Amino acid sequence: MLDDDIIQRTLATALRTGGEFAEVFVEDKRTSSAMLDDGRVEELSSGRDRGAGIRVVVGETTGFAHTADLSEPGLVAAAEAAAAAARSGGGGVRQVTLTRQQAPRPNDVAVLPESVAKGAKVDLLRRADGAARAEGGSISQVRARYGDSRRQILVANSEGLLAGDDQVRTLFVVTAVASGDTGMQTGYESVGRTVGFELFDRYEVDDIARTAAQRAITKLAARPAPSGTLPVVIGPGGGGVLFHEACGHGLEKDLVDKGASVFKDRLGQQVASPLVTLVDDGTMAEEWGCYAIDDEGTPAQRNVLIEDGVLTDYMWDMLRSRKGGRARSGNGRRQSYQHLPMVRMTNTYLLGGDGDPADILATTDHGVYVASLGGGQVNTATGDFVFGMTEAYLIEGGKITEPLREGNLIGNGPKVLLDIDAVGNDFAMGHPGTCGKDGQGVPVGDGVPTLRVKALTVGGTAA
Amino acid sequence: MTDLLDVADRLVGMAQGAEQLEAYVARSSDTQVRVYQGEVEQLAVADSLGVGVRIVRDGRQGFAYCGTFDDAALAEAVAEARDNATFGEPDEAAGVAEPDGVEPVELDLWHPGLADVPTADKVALAVELERAVLAADSRITGVESCDYGDSRGEAAIATTTGIRRASRQTTCDLVAYSLAADGDDTQSGFGFSLARSFDGLDVAVAARDAADRAVRMLGATKPPSGRLTIVLDPWVTAQLVGIVAGTLGAEEVIKGRSLFAGREGEQVASPLVTLVEDPTDDRSWGATPVDDEGLATRPVPLVGGGVLGGFVHSTWTARRMGTASTGSAVRGGFKSTPTAGCRAVALTPGDAGAAELVAGVDDGVLVQEVSGLHSGVNPVSGDVSTGAEGLRIRAGEVAEPLREFTIASTLQRLLLDVVAVGSDLTWLPMSAAGLTLVVGDVAVSGS
Repeated sequence: MLDDDIIQRTLATALRTGGEFAEVFVEDKRTSSAMLDDGRVEELSSGRDRGAGIRVVVGETTGFAHTADLSEPGLVAAAEAAAAAARSGGGGVRQVTLTRQQAPRPNDVAVLPESVAKGAKVDLLRRADGAARAEGGSISQVRARYGDSRRQILVANSEGLLAGDDQVRTLFVVTAVASGDTGMQTGYESVGRTVGFELFDRYEVDDIARTAAQRAITKLAARPAPSGTLPVVIGPGGGGVLFHEACGHGLEKDLVDKGASVFKDRLGQQVASPLVTLVDDGTMAEEWGCYAIDDEGTPAQRNVLIEDGVLTDYMWDMLRSRKGGRARSGNGRRQSYQHLPMVRMTNTYLLGGDGDPADILATTDHGVYVASLGGGQVNTATGDFVFGMTEAYLIEGGKITEPLREGNLIGNGPKVLLDIDAVGNDFAMGHPGTCGKDGQGVPVGDGVPTLRVKALTVGGTAA
Repeated sequence: MTDLLDVADRLVGMAQGAEQLEAYVARSSDTQVRVYQGEVEQLAVADSLGVGVRIVRDGRQGFAYCGTFDDAALAEAVAEARDNATFGEPDEAAGVAEPDGVEPVELDLWHPGLADVPTADKVALAVELERAVLAADSRITGVESCDYGDSRGEAAIATTTGIRRASRQTTCDLVAYSLAADGDDTQSGFGFSLARSFDGLDVAVAARDAADRAVRMLGATKPPSGRLTIVLDPWVTAQLVGIVAGTLGAEEVIKGRSLFAGREGEQVASPLVTLVEDPTDDRSWGATPVDDEGLATRPVPLVGGGVLGGFVHSTWTARRMGTASTGSAVRGGFKSTPTAGCRAVALTPGDAGAAELVAGVDDGVLVQEVSGLHSGVNPVSGDVSTGAEGLRIRAGEVAEPLREFTIASTLQRLLLDVVAVGSDLTWLPMSAAGLTLVVGDVAVSGS
């Protein structure tokens, strides 16, 4: 993307005022999307964003600047601004020798989206619209969105690192509205992978559309969710967001270091039920949160965070690793070249256990079964977190009975982790997600087998 | 700003034949400072810019963007938008805005002196805030983040139909997230101050709120489930009003996704509820004289005395519904196309202050923070269920702190169940203003 000698001169400029560490992050991102709504292909959109972010670290201070101008004068100006922002004293001339490093890509991409005719993308939308509407006359509205992105990055730093990655993601989302005597309900389904257009050799858009439509139709007959504390069974693939919120964010070392995590000083301790082994894995082929290198050039890794209920490690980025005197874990990510990296999750999942999913359900007398969770939010300092249920049912006498309207569940992370009393053998990955932290969004994945939490507060309206 | 209009003009000049072209050009210069333990942790100074190009040919719309003003990239964006338009399906209502004779009002949103404030002063203010939070109460144990930010944002829009307008605004903010502890109990809080100019920031207010919000939650417990009167803090009311406003965008109405579709003239809320969208009120953080299609903004009455009056419109929604744009086109930035939406909506205040309203509640909860609105509110079905924190109200007095509970209802019911509207109108950093709002008979889920 840039000549090595231009990068070297940019780093030298960034270090000129005495910086201890300097980094150039170059990004060239192309996106394309197509939207169908109200029965009509409304619009195709495409775009390109290209630029470089430069950071300089002096002591505990990070200076940062970015530029869309990738010419040498543009880069040097940004390097000077970052160095000035780091407010360092005088310095000398420091030369950096770059060594190109190769990290394996989690998977190959067979069909680059940019090589696919726009008409083929539009056809997917029309098929999805037809399939969703064919599910029943109550389907009153369908929105389908196709999206792809190709993000090429290059990272070089004053430690001599030079590494690159080429990240291709493809996404298809359908939202259906069903209307009836009880009002309107929505159903949502999405499939996204870190692959190219071959995604559609493996997933039929008709199936995605039908699932969305069925969810909406089912909810037309839904009753209000209960209000109060109940056992909650979460279905395979439907609820990774539980761990993302209950403990994932709290295991990010930047929050831990600031005392803003209930998991601070808990390494080696039993923080969860012995049934819980939690992994964050950026190498997981094709999953939404995978990559070859993170946005600081560190190869992605599989990191075990909780093993048999014992907290084994946090997640780390460059700054936190440097301070802690340990290796990076491949969790330094940023939304774009206009942002500073920080500690982020990749694909976070609970390993499968040996419980029979049917038994887990059968031994739950009265509770809620959540087939699919929506987004969530956590206060890492207190551990209190919420997450929404987008497809849920009542459990009565060990059986799934009536569908429930949407609502949030609320719990406290450390308590919920200890309250997991059953983990099934039917692990599945869930939906592609976007994780937000400090104003930056990054793609993440999650997964769980069937599991049960003894007691969670269900935020419905029914007594 | 002239240079932004120049870029827009260049793009409009690339239109071919009878096609319509709209160029949206944006730029912002931003400073972000984060301090930690008296030192600068992060300092970022940068300009961001980009253009979005919308082309409509034979009723078909295409869009493309690029994050640069580079000539070759602009030409590529126009070519891409034109190519994309060939794949859209025709719509008679498609098209860019046309001049409607309404002149933009002058608003006091641009304080150019911001550019001359030395970075060292910005850093010093953030350091002062961190120190003030730590000093505010002996139970404050840390400041998780303490940020100063400012932005000088400019945008220009030009079209082949003769629109040619620009707008700009400055903003400065101070935000602190605090930690308070008492024994094993840790709670967090936040405080902020916002202004159009550096001098307008108030460290004392931000520090006091950050400390109070954390300390008052110490010892909080989970309440039993039940149905109670809830009193919403202005911060919470503003978030709910923002969601209600989202259902009053005409695009959602046209597409059958608004629970208020076809209900104009009906009583949809308590008679105490009057809701107006007004981006020409320069106290609002969403204030702007020009909407995101280049039309002048104007006040739009939405609900009067609980009766639904109408919706906010963009050019497209207005044509589809046979009316005129209300100057309410909004877009997420240069990378997206406009839709109809609110940016400065507010409830008309009542007569009583927050203390008086609390005093009138026998048994209830003062809700001071909500979480998970994005996952717990479905604006199509109207279902509402959100995580909450706050203080118990007993016999008209605030009592012990409460956490880890939810409040649930539907948007339809919440609006009808409003029993009092506060006088304490507060402009907040979102598309809606807040005030204290009392809602009767809401499901509270706890233990």
